[in-house]
Amino acid sequence: MNAQSKPYVSTTNACKLCKPLGACLAFKGIEGAVPFLHGSQGCATYMRRYIISHFREPMDIASSSLGEKHAIYGGGSNLKLGLKNVMTKYRGGLIGIATTCLTETIGDDVHLLLHEFRHEFNELLASHNRPDLVNVSTPSYSGTHMEGFHATVRAVVDQLARHEPGNRNINLLPGFVSAADIRDLKEVIADFGLPATVLPDLSLTVDGPAAETYEKISPGGTPLSQIGMMGGSRASIEFGRTLPANLSASRVLERKFSVPRHALGTPIGLRESDAFFRTLESLADERIPEKHVLERGRLVDAYVDAHKYLFGKRAVVYGEEDLVVGLTAFLVETGIRPVLCACGGKSGRLPAAISEVTDGILDEPPLVRDNIDFHEIKELAGRLGPDLLIGNSKGYRIARDLRVPLIRVGFPIHDRFGGPRILHLGYRGSQALLDTIVNALIGARQDSSDIGYTYY
Amino acid sequence: MNMQIFEERKDQIHRKGDEPFDITCNKDSLAGAVSQRACVFCGSRVVLYPIADALHLVHGPIGCAAYTWDIRGALSSGPELHRLSFSTDLQEQDIIFGGERKLYDALVELIDRHNPAAAFVYSTCIVGIIGDDLEAVCKRVEREKGIRVIPVQSEGFKGNKRAGYNAACKAMFRLVGTEDTSGISPVSINILGDFNLAGELWIIRDYYSRMGVEVVANVTGDGRVRDLCRSHGAALNVVQCSGSTMDLAKMMEAEYGIPFLRVSYFGVEDMAESLYDVARFFQDRDPEIMARTVSLVRQELEVLYPRLEEYRCKLSGKKAAIYVGGAFKAFSLIKAFRLLGMDVVLVGSQTGTKEDYQELYEITDEGTIIVDDTNPLELSSFLQEKEVDVFVGGVKERPIAYKLGVGFCDHNHERKTALAGFVGMLNFAEEIYSSVMSPVWQFVPGRKPIADGDRTASSTRSCAKLAAV
Repeated sequence: MNAQSKPYVSTTNACKLCKPLGACLAFKGIEGAVPFLHGSQGCATYMRRYIISHFREPMDIASSSLGEKHAIYGGGSNLKLGLKNVMTKYRGGLIGIATTCLTETIGDDVHLLLHEFRHEFNELLASHNRPDLVNVSTPSYSGTHMEGFHATVRAVVDQLARHEPGNRNINLLPGFVSAADIRDLKEVIADFGLPATVLPDLSLTVDGPAAETYEKISPGGTPLSQIGMMGGSRASIEFGRTLPANLSASRVLERKFSVPRHALGTPIGLRESDAFFRTLESLADERIPEKHVLERGRLVDAYVDAHKYLFGKRAVVYGEEDLVVGLTAFLVETGIRPVLCACGGKSGRLPAAISEVTDGILDEPPLVRDNIDFHEIKELAGRLGPDLLIGNSKGYRIARDLRVPLIRVGFPIHDRFGGPRILHLGYRGSQALLDTIVNALIGARQDSSDIGYTYY
Repeated sequence: MNMQIFEERKDQIHRKGDEPFDITCNKDSLAGAVSQRACVFCGSRVVLYPIADALHLVHGPIGCAAYTWDIRGALSSGPELHRLSFSTDLQEQDIIFGGERKLYDALVELIDRHNPAAAFVYSTCIVGIIGDDLEAVCKRVEREKGIRVIPVQSEGFKGNKRAGYNAACKAMFRLVGTEDTSGISPVSINILGDFNLAGELWIIRDYYSRMGVEVVANVTGDGRVRDLCRSHGAALNVVQCSGSTMDLAKMMEAEYGIPFLRVSYFGVEDMAESLYDVARFFQDRDPEIMARTVSLVRQELEVLYPRLEEYRCKLSGKKAAIYVGGAFKAFSLIKAFRLLGMDVVLVGSQTGTKEDYQELYEITDEGTIIVDDTNPLELSSFLQEKEVDVFVGGVKERPIAYKLGVGFCDHNHERKTALAGFVGMLNFAEEIYSSVMSPVWQFVPGRKPIADGDRTASSTRSCAKLAAV
């Protein structure tokens, strides 16, 4: 079934976040970067609070803290003052400036203001190693946090990547995935002997170790030197079947520097992971390392062991579009039947992507709805009678009302521990998800049984 | 001067003992300083949020509503409409052509669906810029639907959180005086400034009920529209928290001649004093009230003190830091830490006034850092410099403490146990104890190991008897 138009005017319990939040998350995955929102103070503070509740890590997002007079006369002076302050106090390598609905609407020309800033503060910039100033337009009234995330990755590549031929690097543009996922992806690529630039790299910046001293900017992130070299890499791999062409960073690298691009689905489940590993095989000209052959084998073995627990179980899957597509690809392989694939975004590509990943396994694709809120998800779920929900924490109330388990994945995880350490991708991530899902279903059955079976 | 302190903020930080006290506050946050403050919208949303049978519609793009969805406990004993997040989710077309039609349609749709007792419509930054006439749309819907529909002028950029408190008070004041007050006791109050994050309001209401005081309206924890509408029938407004609802109390005093008292329900001393103040106010109307109050406090303390004593022995001499939204909360926290034998070495707030800081200055010890509208860089350096054992703040302060290997107590959004009332003091002591005494700190690389000598020193200081209140 196709995505339909929204039946309600109002939005209740949004299944999306705003664009600048996605920008902050993407900037946060770059070495030495400080995200900076050009807008009023509340945006930065609200987003910090929201993001911290998931990662449980420091999350400094600067703001130009505009007041009423700036809304009337323009926010340029405060933008410059804020940049100066961030530069001198944080001493980072990059300041990532994202706009907000306020500054987009009053018409601040950030590009021009940055040009002026570079001129006016030339000496100060020089004495602070000339941090990169990357800007991205993220008005919250068009698109979701995912558009903000992708637009930022694209802006970083567009503004910083140069043509430096001759390096053997692979660019990996994974989209918004967990810290554990990035760690795993890096390990997989390293196992193929491929040097890689992963952008953004949230693996350490949002899931860091206990440290000797307080770091003003959390260590880790994609090194700026490597971002500069992305124009000379051998190839780019970009995840996301719903990623629109105008938000694709790999297309920028292809257009400007002729870096070949491999567009793949977010690799969850066997088929999408196989496609990823095959791409790595061809790029490395190496067979898939034994370690990963075994992981794949164990996953297939687990599919078999689990099949009776899962066959025909009805799942409601919700969240960001590419995550939902990846999860759906995986779920249908196990015998679970997604009955609703629901997303707050509206790239327009969701129905086609869901058809692609369910084709050959399901007789007909599940109900697919984009531009949806949790109010509607709840209405539909009530009719569809799912056995489980899969998505972020925000579906908890629905799962509670329906008395079915919620498998927490993605972002945000506000009501459980360890959100950044949830593994979703590749054979290993699929294995972790499978174990979690099977156990949740067994647990639900065991808890509701009068007999209290001790073997399942 | 500390390297982390912005030149422009030097006057917003004071170290007691350095020089005469003169702190700058209540000014716009410095650009680029990563203030812990939010915006006008946040101030309004926080205050009105717990009114549980009202529809709270955020007119703007999705973020403002998404980030405040079920953001804090604000427990309700009945309806829970406030726990849903409603937005007009303005899109580019709405920004260009105006959002009034969408607002109207959304309001009608939601009122038909939920049948709320009233509706609050929050203005956001963008609405202030595109100039939607909220007042006109609200009036029209009010006429058509027969419920109060009240605009909240909370454009984010129009000041700080304090301006948002004011906008919320103005919005609530439009409800006051619109319902019949017959049958309200002459010994009656409104409770202002408690948001019932974890059931505090129920604890406090129980105390008042045992004193024989009728509570007309909770403003706004576990709040109801009708109670607000008849709140002008109460004899006294009892206001907690320095900023958030004081404006409403002042408006009600001017319009209806209702006096107000400032109280705090946090900590033994302030809790008892609050009840005594209210009893004193009603002494003429109810001569027995003071005796009942004294007996109530005695009963509570008989249970509390022996248990508090145990914590005090363990916690005495430990160092605490406080950073909260309103300064009034900080006064009580300082006293509460003192009761536990702990030293407060850093205290600050997002929205304190000159008078608030003067009072903080008077009740703090020499060497204490007093700070207005601070940020992660300053906080992290102060926590390290002062070798703090436990930090009290909100969600945004927590990771700063934890990265430094410092204990933490959430006094805001995410706590689940009540910290108000006599029982709240015990909960507070328990929580401080469980964070400070956890074995995990010994494994944190940044944390200095405690020398044996220090351990003994703190325990000898510990077990002096608690004074009666």
